Amino acid sequence: MLANNWSSKNKTMRIVIIGNGMVGYKFCEKLVGKTAQGFAITVFGEEMRPAYDRVHLSDYFAGKSAQDLLLAPAEWYKDNHITFYPGDPVRSIDRECKTVYSHNGITAAYDYLILATGSAAFVPPIPGTEKEGVFLYRTIEDLELMTAWAKRAKKGAVIGGGLLGLEAAKAMLDLGITDTQVIEFAPRLMPRQIDSAGSEILQNKLQRLGLQIHTSTNTTEIIGEQSIRAMRFADGTELDVDMLVISAGIKPRDELAKACGLDVGPRGGIVVNDLLQTSDRAIFAIGECALHNEMIYGLVAPGYEMADVVAANLTGGSKTFTGFDMSTKLKLIGVDVASFGDPFLQTRETRTVVFEDRHKGIYKRINVSEDGKYLLGGILVGEASAYNMLLQTCKNKVVLPPNPEDLILGARGGESDSGAGMTGLPDEAMICSCENVSKGDICNAVNDGCETVDAIKKCTKAGTGCGGCVPMLKDLMVHTMKSQGKYIRNVLCEHFDYARQELFDLVKVKELKSFDAVLDTLGHGDGCEICKPAIASILASLWNEMILKKGNDVAQDSNDRYLANIQKGGTYSVVPRIPGGEITPEKLIVIGQIAQKYNLYTKITGGQRIDMFGAHVNDLPQIWEELIAAGFESGHAYGKALRTVKSCVGSTWCRFGLHDSVSFAIRVEERYRGLRAPHKIKSAVSGCIRECAEAQSKDFGIIASEKGWNLYVCGNGGSKPQHALLLAQDLDDETCIRYIDRFLMFYIKTADPLARTATWLNKMEGGIDYLRNVVVNDSLGLAENLEREMQSLVDNYTCEWKEVVENPELRKRFNHFVNAPEEKDPTVTFEQLREQKKAREWK
Amino acid sequence: MSNTLIANMTWFAACKISDVPRNGGVCVKYKDEQIALYYFARREEWYATQNLCPHRQQMVLSRGMIGSQTGEPKVACPFHKKTFSLVDGHCMNDDECESIKTFPVKVENNIVFIGVEEDDEYTVNK
Ligand code: SRM
Ligand SMILES: Cc1cc2nc3c(=O)[nH]c(=O)nc-3n(C[C@H](O)[C@H](O)[C@H](O)COP(=O)(O)OP(=O)(O)OC[C@H]3O[C@@H](n4cnc5c(N)ncnc54)[C@H](O)[C@@H]3O)c2cc1C
Ligand code: SF4
Ligand code: FES
Repeated sequence: MLANNWSSKNKTMRIVIIGNGMVGYKFCEKLVGKTAQGFAITVFGEEMRPAYDRVHLSDYFAGKSAQDLLLAPAEWYKDNHITFYPGDPVRSIDRECKTVYSHNGITAAYDYLILATGSAAFVPPIPGTEKEGVFLYRTIEDLELMTAWAKRAKKGAVIGGGLLGLEAAKAMLDLGITDTQVIEFAPRLMPRQIDSAGSEILQNKLQRLGLQIHTSTNTTEIIGEQSIRAMRFADGTELDVDMLVISAGIKPRDELAKACGLDVGPRGGIVVNDLLQTSDRAIFAIGECALHNEMIYGLVAPGYEMADVVAANLTGGSKTFTGFDMSTKLKLIGVDVASFGDPFLQTRETRTVVFEDRHKGIYKRINVSEDGKYLLGGILVGEASAYNMLLQTCKNKVVLPPNPEDLILGARGGESDSGAGMTGLPDEAMICSCENVSKGDICNAVNDGCETVDAIKKCTKAGTGCGGCVPMLKDLMVHTMKSQGKYIRNVLCEHFDYARQELFDLVKVKELKSFDAVLDTLGHGDGCEICKPAIASILASLWNEMILKKGNDVAQDSNDRYLANIQKGGTYSVVPRIPGGEITPEKLIVIGQIAQKYNLYTKITGGQRIDMFGAHVNDLPQIWEELIAAGFESGHAYGKALRTVKSCVGSTWCRFGLHDSVSFAIRVEERYRGLRAPHKIKSAVSGCIRECAEAQSKDFGIIASEKGWNLYVCGNGGSKPQHALLLAQDLDDETCIRYIDRFLMFYIKTADPLARTATWLNKMEGGIDYLRNVVVNDSLGLAENLEREMQSLVDNYTCEWKEVVENPELRKRFNHFVNAPEEKDPTVTFEQLREQKKAREWK
Repeated sequence: MSNTLIANMTWFAACKISDVPRNGGVCVKYKDEQIALYYFARREEWYATQNLCPHRQQMVLSRGMIGSQTGEPKVACPFHKKTFSLVDGHCMNDDECESIKTFPVKVENNIVFIGVEEDDEYTVNK
């Protein structure tokens, strides 16, 4: 709109930009993008380098070079016909002649002038700030100076406990100054973003990271000869430091504007209207130097928006700047902190919901409108994975679910919830505020073939600013691809167009009992190594029939087919069940004798039992015959089935034991032995809260309490360890068993193939609360069924090794050579290690 | 059930049909060799390959699961699930992995015969 009447009069419009920071650069980019012709653009920059990513300045300490941080290389300006004077600050502006004068003597006339001079670190008026060893934290040069000095420094301090101060404190730690103190004038950390309850939690967490925090502390003097030696505070105390970073806020760079008579605010900042015009219509101010509606925006996203508004207006468009959300997420420090919308809102018309876990250091607060419909703002400390989702819900006025507290309750909500919530957002929802990219833009990009986050970043620029929206990009991508029917359809494999849960139900309803029957009825083709074991597991979970019968043997994974784990060299391991880890001397002797007789390597396992390795496939039936005769049964170490129920010694011997954990572990193990599931299941019972059986790392774990048993579920060790969560407390034996019945049966029926209980729960909408509702409160009305189904599996149990041993047809399958049943595999050889054997190393 | 006859092809009797599990495999000893024999009962087809998995030199392919991928019959090694075509022996999920040798099979009077070349260089105990 500004430009329309312009272009009729003149040929080229001369635009001069003072300042080549993040916003000044963005303005160039927007202008170049809009129309290449008709502009003569001149840029003056005070810093020696072209604009760089100040938001990620601290990455410099993580190994990024100044070059990596550049937003565009120097050639970019040339290629786009921008006259660029780096390292040449503008000295004065002559508004009458519409001309600027630079330090190096360059004179440039303008039709429109853009002030993008940003801000400088605010330095409080404390005597001594000029001393050596005192730094600011704003430019690459600042960081270079800090790095050099830090080599000699031992005791560091940061003035300022806000967003930037904490980032600087982290930088000090990264520089190797482990003794770093944060000095904050206000009574709490991050006073502008979070409330005092949140600050307290944050402070505790940071102290655990090794930062010492002093709030309500007023620095009065910086002591030292030439360089800093100590700080003195208002209460008269002193603190020895040899390196100090001042990061106490920002001060808009309005000095040029002031000098040429433009209006500036009483506390700094160049006054602008909704078009970002200063009191001189031909001069605009954008970014951190601009004071809009009495507000300085110390964030990059509003600055980018300002750049966009001015660029649009100069190229014939019409846009206004009407304020911007100040939501932020603290990065880098090792503690999640975020605030969004109006974090402090507290009126009669709003409801505030707070969740606090001091032990874990989590604080979450949301402010909801009186009618419970809209999210107005909130604070997250300690766990902020829901930040993006909440921010979008707040910004886009998405109507909340009936229980808004669900948004912050449930310790594991995060990731999975955000995916589910994406659907609720309108297409206009701004996903990347830095680059102004909406949900619609991203979905379109995915539809146009951008099927990786990198591709989306490349073609929409989303996620290239502060990077906070990257997890949402991924969710959106997956969601969009899913809705196109791409990739994500959770079907088993090319032979079955169903997911495991669907198959489970179908196989049950149709009473199918063999792999072939399932394939004939529900699938097509011949099956493969993916669907075969998955179906075999479903059949075993449903009917608990001997897994090697009805032709199902060939559908088992090799380990299930031979009822033993195959090991290097083609031999097998033998693991008899030792429930609860309890074993008599007589049985120990039998294991020893058998191992000796068949030349097996023996080892105590991590699951409190004994493994014998190196058995020839031919020997397996004979070994088991002898084990069974001595009263052993299969340990199912090979199956996706119940493994061990570990126990601690408990109240029968231990002076702390509250109940008899061994007896209960044995009862549990004998109840669920042989139970086939989507993945293996492990359990443990501890006799008191000292937890020697590690029950909280199990799929279900039981810990004695004063009044009964506490039941934990969905934990595991392995490559992605996860602690189990408390499902119910103070249960008597029978109730505990009933809850486990329901829990296990529900898992077996609904989990994906090869998903452990933790993975299953992580994907469950509603998380542990939902699961508790199903298992404890019977919210689905399934409890009775689940218990009955479990009971019938329990009743159906037989030891599969016993059946093999007694059945000549099945035994035959353990011969190595079909045409030479007596002969063992001659290629099997062992090596010697200590006093036992080991498998020969493979190539 | 290949009928292509190669010059010095010898058919040796491996076992009876009933010795081999339907849709599964067994290992057959031939001189010093180990041959995996598969009864693809769903398609009424027989295949034979070397028993040695080339990936880690393990003598186990007869214990693998058989199945198909877009119609092509295959066997999956129990160790790391490399899959091999039963038709020409190429590895179907890893281009880097060596192929395996295949043998023709025929069935007469309930006896399964595997065809081997007399001057076959192939040995398994190298
Ligand atoms: C023998 C043993 C190691 C030992 O010498 O102590 C062992 C050995 C094997 N583990 Fe394990 N695990 C053994 C305890 C564990 C434990 C500790 C425990 O149970 O308290 C863990 C972590 C706890 C957990 O599972 O949550 C463990 C986590 C795994 C995993 C990772 C599971 C996961 O969800 O990430 C695998 C891989 C898998 O199952 O897919 C695995 C797989 C295996 C396999 C089956 C790998 C294989 O296919 O050959 C190994 C077979 C050995 C054999 O033939 O018996 N093993 N494994 C332990 C047997 C316990 C027993 O008595 O049955
Ligand atoms: C350590 C750190 C972390 C930050 N983290 C975040 C974050 O996580 N999220 C977020 O949104 N924001 C963050 N910010 C703030 C963000 O960097 C700023 O909002 C953004 O850089 C503002 O851009 P700007 O162009 O307005 O100012 P600047 O980037 O400061 O650029 C102004 C430029 O103008 C130059 N200049 C000044 N006067 C003259 C003159 N007379 N002649 C020529 N050139 C001149 C200056 O030298 C400077 O190069 C962070 C800032 C810092 C320092
Ligand atoms: S940790 Fe790995 S190597 Fe060790 S037993 Fe378990 S699976 Fe085998
Ligand atoms: S040994 Fe066969 S796949 Fe690795």
